[in-house]
Amino acid sequence: MEDVSTTAPGRTAGLARSLRGTLGNYVALVAALAMMVALFGSLSQYFFTASTFLTIANDIPAIAVTAVGMTFVLIIAGIDLSVGSVMALSAAVAGIAMLHWHWPLYLAVVLAMGVGMLAGLLNGSISVAWRLPSFIVTLGMLEVARGAAYIATNSRTQYIGSRVEWLSNPIGFGLSPAFFVAMAIVVAAQLVLTRSVFGRHMIGIGTNEEAMRLAGVDPRPVKIIVFAVCGLLAGLAGILQCSRLEAADPNAGIGAELVVIAAVVIGGTSLMGGRGSVIATFFGVLIISVLEAGLAQIGASEPTKRIITGCVIIIAVILDMYRERRRRRA
Amino acid sequence: MSPIPLFRGENLGKSYITPVLSEVGLELREGEVLALAGENGAGKSTLTKIIAGLVRPTEGEMHLRGARFHPASRQDAERHGVRMVLQELGLIPTLSVAENLMLDHMPNLGGFIRRERMNELASRQMAVIGLEHIDPRTPVGQLGLGHQQMVEIARNLVGDCQLLILDEPTAMLTSREIDHLFSQIAGLKRRGVGIIYISHRLDELQQVADRVMVLRDGRHIGTRPIAEAAQNDIVRMMVGHDVGEAPALTGRVPGAVVLETRGLTRGKAVQGVSLQLRSGEILGLAGLVGAGRTELLRLIYGADRRDSGTIHLDGSAAPARIASPMSAVRQGIGLVTEDRKTQGLLLPLSIRINATLANIRAVSRRGWLRPAEERAQVGRLHALVGVRSHSVEQPAGELSGGNQQKVVFTRWLHRDCRVLLLDEPTRGVDIGARSDIYAQMERLAKAGKGMLMVSSDLRELMDICDRIAVMSAGRLVKVFERGEWTQQALLEAAFSGYLGAAAATGAPPPG
Repeated sequence: MEDVSTTAPGRTAGLARSLRGTLGNYVALVAALAMMVALFGSLSQYFFTASTFLTIANDIPAIAVTAVGMTFVLIIAGIDLSVGSVMALSAAVAGIAMLHWHWPLYLAVVLAMGVGMLAGLLNGSISVAWRLPSFIVTLGMLEVARGAAYIATNSRTQYIGSRVEWLSNPIGFGLSPAFFVAMAIVVAAQLVLTRSVFGRHMIGIGTNEEAMRLAGVDPRPVKIIVFAVCGLLAGLAGILQCSRLEAADPNAGIGAELVVIAAVVIGGTSLMGGRGSVIATFFGVLIISVLEAGLAQIGASEPTKRIITGCVIIIAVILDMYRERRRRRA
Repeated sequence: MSPIPLFRGENLGKSYITPVLSEVGLELREGEVLALAGENGAGKSTLTKIIAGLVRPTEGEMHLRGARFHPASRQDAERHGVRMVLQELGLIPTLSVAENLMLDHMPNLGGFIRRERMNELASRQMAVIGLEHIDPRTPVGQLGLGHQQMVEIARNLVGDCQLLILDEPTAMLTSREIDHLFSQIAGLKRRGVGIIYISHRLDELQQVADRVMVLRDGRHIGTRPIAEAAQNDIVRMMVGHDVGEAPALTGRVPGAVVLETRGLTRGKAVQGVSLQLRSGEILGLAGLVGAGRTELLRLIYGADRRDSGTIHLDGSAAPARIASPMSAVRQGIGLVTEDRKTQGLLLPLSIRINATLANIRAVSRRGWLRPAEERAQVGRLHALVGVRSHSVEQPAGELSGGNQQKVVFTRWLHRDCRVLLLDEPTRGVDIGARSDIYAQMERLAKAGKGMLMVSSDLRELMDICDRIAVMSAGRLVKVFERGEWTQQALLEAAFSGYLGAAAATGAPPPG
């Protein structure tokens, strides 16, 4: 993902121009999204309604936030399979804090993010220190975090109630605080990726870690921090999901990691590392959510939905392979 | 003995962008050992790979026993009885010796391997080459490199072999194993097999070869019966006439010592190397491939861990702590890697990003990039170094080799360093870009930087260096001052570590 920079002196002018340039890059994604909306709109009379769109908008924050973290991880050529379990664990711990220790919501949110960050730090440190593939390390964490979630909740869903539901209740234009938080994170993450030194190092490490090392840039702290951020965002997603359910469910997020990875890949981030965009990931999330909502509305059964979603993911990965081959040939 | 030669190659040539081999003729008779000698890059590998079917010649013809021979692949050549033992052993380390020896013809019954028969056949094959003490069931990866090499040779000594090419076969053998090998070779000669034998060990050639053929710069210089070729004759043929001395360098007076190594050691690859690099000086590092030059640079740069020895910067008595490339860069050392494509550049990313990798702080503020500043700085250096591209946004992978190398240079100009290590900086670079790079190095030297430059091109070293250090078999053999050196003397020093019995205990010789 190239740094889309400007020659204009003013920062706001530069930001506007770069956003326009960015959107231009995502023509294919926007087109795909528009086509899907049109398709479902024609198949179901309830699709083109504000209520459908608002439902989608308020459904996506947890996935969107996790997908941002996953985008970062994929860019450094890693992967994090534990995000679903970390979501559940963070929600479980936050749930205990609110129910048994009577913590206020905002503290519970911080706690959830802390738990997630801890898991991410472990993922990152272990894979960096022992040079293990992140696939294996996060696979282990997937089990560990899920087990811990069961222990924390005593294997039962902890009903929390109205205190946590605030995050998912509409507050403006029918949109929830969770939605605004997710949007803010997407924008912030994209800025970090394209405009910060850290983002530059991430892209370099995902492209050629050894060349970065020989140029004098230490890849290890960057990798650990990226995993920590992914964990933190998974923790945040956990509590956002918790607010939607009004409960901390130890079974929450099972399989979430695959949906998240799918969204990131559909958006165009390469599984090989070195290339990606958070905005594009957001479009990937939208595409998957619209697909699921649309299929539900036209009455597709659960199994059918899964098959179709699965096919879309495979096609996206194949397209990604072609894109990558063309890029690396340069 | 048949009047038709076993093998005849005429006018063989191979070009990639520039010719690496041209108009080479070769004749091999049955039962003859032809030694092939030449400097790094002379074309020996290319020539033998053409014969073995690994490389297609761009011109020329070959005949095997009078019939036209143009192998489509290595297997095709092997089917005709032409086999080559490569330096990079083709063994599969997790399989046993027997499995490797019988890889493409394992005794089987309907697809199920007959293990006892396989092991028995393998034992017999191994006894022939003197390896009877090794259990054929041993996984090859567990054997020492010397034994692995013997197994690889045994694999190729099969019945149908007519022409055998050996590329540095004694690289990792003990003298006892070398004796075994030579008796094998004598046996093959008696059977009428023709052998092409590549080696830098000139004294071995005297023992085993019948004739010696010398290549230089991809051309056939001459072929002599071994009895008529003394070692200096061979070296002189490899080197050619001495190039005239370059005009005296002006304005370069080396100053104080900026980098000193004392007794740097890493295994066999680098043994007790002590040298000094002064400010404003270009110190060349010559030697054959495998002499330890790249390894030495990597040790200085912290890319590999040293076993012993110290590095001192700016004449300080206390040793510098260089634990990693990051710390080397922080202390003012840069490295232009040998392989720019895989270790130097981020090919899919722009020139601009590649150029500022080592000094991102100069184009950022408090962690946020400053794109305008970055473009200005890179633009200036870009023009100074003379990189040819559409713009600084062009992906580095799209540039020619010479321009890619210039981008790497730009990086180390952007991160001003006082010591620059260069590993084959003009390899694969066209003439025009080469002189640009030399000009940059001149500039850096005049600005007081110290440069340590590894190169296999003796003429290049003699043109631009103030002094030339020669490494051989891991040791620093000699440092020549300007005016003291001749191509011949440099080559002799480069070979010196591999001559004689002492060579068997040193680092493996080059390929």
